[in-house]
Amino acid sequence: MNKTVNQKAWFLILPVLVLVGFSAVVPLMTVVNYSVQDTFGNNVFFPAGLDWFRTNLQSDRMWDSLQRQLIFSAIILLIQIPLGILIALNMPKRGFWASLCLVLMSLPLLIPWNVVGTIWQIFGRADIGLLGYTLSEMGIDYNYTQDWVDAWITLVVMDVWHWTSLVALLAYAGLQSIPDAYYQAAKIDQASRWKVFRYIELPKMQGVLMIAILLRFMDSFMIYTEPFVVTGGGPGSSTNFLSIDLVNMALNQMDLGPAASYSIMYYLVILLISYVFYTIMVNLDKRDGV
Amino acid sequence: MAKITLSNLAHSYFPNPSGDEDYALKELNHDWVDGEAYALLGASGCGKSTLLNIISGLLVPSRGRILFDDKDVTEAPTAERNIAQVFQFPVVYDTMTVRDNLAFPLRNRGADATYVQQRVQEIARMIGMEEQLNRKARGLTADAKQKISLGRGMVREDVNALLFDEPLTVIDPHMKWELRTQLKALHHEFGHTMIYVTHDQTEALTFADKVVVMYDGRVVQMGTPQELFEQPEHTFVGYFIGSPGMNVLDASVDGTTAIVAGRNVPLGKPYAALTGKVELGVRPEFVQLTSDEGGIPAKIRRVEDVGRHKIVRLDISGQSVDAIIAEADPVPSGSTFVSFDQAGINIYAEDWRVDPIRESAA
Repeated sequence: MNKTVNQKAWFLILPVLVLVGFSAVVPLMTVVNYSVQDTFGNNVFFPAGLDWFRTNLQSDRMWDSLQRQLIFSAIILLIQIPLGILIALNMPKRGFWASLCLVLMSLPLLIPWNVVGTIWQIFGRADIGLLGYTLSEMGIDYNYTQDWVDAWITLVVMDVWHWTSLVALLAYAGLQSIPDAYYQAAKIDQASRWKVFRYIELPKMQGVLMIAILLRFMDSFMIYTEPFVVTGGGPGSSTNFLSIDLVNMALNQMDLGPAASYSIMYYLVILLISYVFYTIMVNLDKRDGV
Repeated sequence: MAKITLSNLAHSYFPNPSGDEDYALKELNHDWVDGEAYALLGASGCGKSTLLNIISGLLVPSRGRILFDDKDVTEAPTAERNIAQVFQFPVVYDTMTVRDNLAFPLRNRGADATYVQQRVQEIARMIGMEEQLNRKARGLTADAKQKISLGRGMVREDVNALLFDEPLTVIDPHMKWELRTQLKALHHEFGHTMIYVTHDQTEALTFADKVVVMYDGRVVQMGTPQELFEQPEHTFVGYFIGSPGMNVLDASVDGTTAIVAGRNVPLGKPYAALTGKVELGVRPEFVQLTSDEGGIPAKIRRVEDVGRHKIVRLDISGQSVDAIIAEADPVPSGSTFVSFDQAGINIYAEDWRVDPIRESAA
């Protein structure tokens, strides 16, 4: 086939390049720019090399936040994925109750993050919150503003409340796609309930579960609004996750250089983890053949 | 292996069935003799699969009982019945190897590992998949998957019955023939009770000792292929079996003669007086073309040469009639006369076959 060569065709993608440049590349480069410069004010900058990266990597502050963040995401995944599957398995398959369940399950997903934060912030207060009041009346010492364990429990329960539905809905969609014949064949083959789950339901849910894990990991890893509203990172810095820490550094302390290098490393970590997930997913698909 | 008895069995998918038409399966009394191979034949949607699922316990019937060797299993779950069933579309466990798939029903019953190993090998040879035993079942072609499903159905030797629900739909024709032969061989070897659901008459007639024909939720006839051919109990059996099917003509019957299209047709045997819808059924094999003007006048519409014989499509006063004639026979053009071979004539009242009055009784 004869291809016409016309270099002017490059102009056709110019509008896209301009848009992407304006909305993504230039802002990102600004951050990169800040991360390698220092200033003493008056908008005068001088190169700082990789100093900010070095400072961040040597300080405990970022490592502590990263550690908290990883623990938080791990807890979230360990609770939400099995719980979501369990809920999906027990939801009615069809009819009125199935529709009702779907609607009720979707409700938490529709609530904006800071509203969820506010709901739980009030819900957990011992003086006016239903949960906090009930717990303290029951003689349980619960105070998420003072006790870091209580703060963590509150945040985890809140996230489970907010997002388990997503996992359940995805798993439910995967389960719905399994033809009845599979369950019938399993009965004929006298498979136990566990084997039906292990060899029929789990393999058929594999695809959607990978997506669920990926989505829940990324979301929990970037969580900001809800802990910011509920605990503000406290008590102390016990719930100071990466995003909260980063915003503190950039906006409250106006440490633009360190914050810029911080956010670049944050971004690279996310990129790395996404890559790992992607590779796992691709390899799972390849496992098919011989 | 067991005798399976259906007693007053009926099933409806509606919670509160009112009339007869609400029943997918109308009242049925039937014994499946231990060790026989049956074919369950009928058009789509006539209740074949419903019946099969009731026998295997996937469905609980609305009414009636099922007995295995006189033990009531109506409420028993599938696992307790120890039945093997193969479905129309392949079901394989994707994440398992072919070997594990075949071994699955045996392992679930806690069979001994060396026995499982040996049995799986045998079945793999039977379905021609020895080479692929260690491959994952995922990504195999549809007919390979269906062969695995068949293999899983056959792997247990102690099953009470083997049920097949149109299992060869997705298999290509050459392999179909081979697998059906394998199933027959298996039946001869082990003597399992087999019920094979199909809507393909060739499949039914070549597979089974006894063919059960279903129509509109009812068993209309059970018999050997020969009985179905010679004495269809219901007009549906007449035209569902045979290629082309039986000719059914409006008629009135008076003693030993029938009147079709205003002409007398001798029946050779006396019938009691019949009322309602009376029809004469005759298979194309028993219809002859004749130049004798005593026959029924007919117009030839079309002649199909199918190789071994010719099918002549005729028109007798607005009703179509098929005749099969020898390859070498000349076909007159335009109008002709037909006569029916007495041995091949059956009389139907309201679609059900009427027995002639026995000579001795007369």
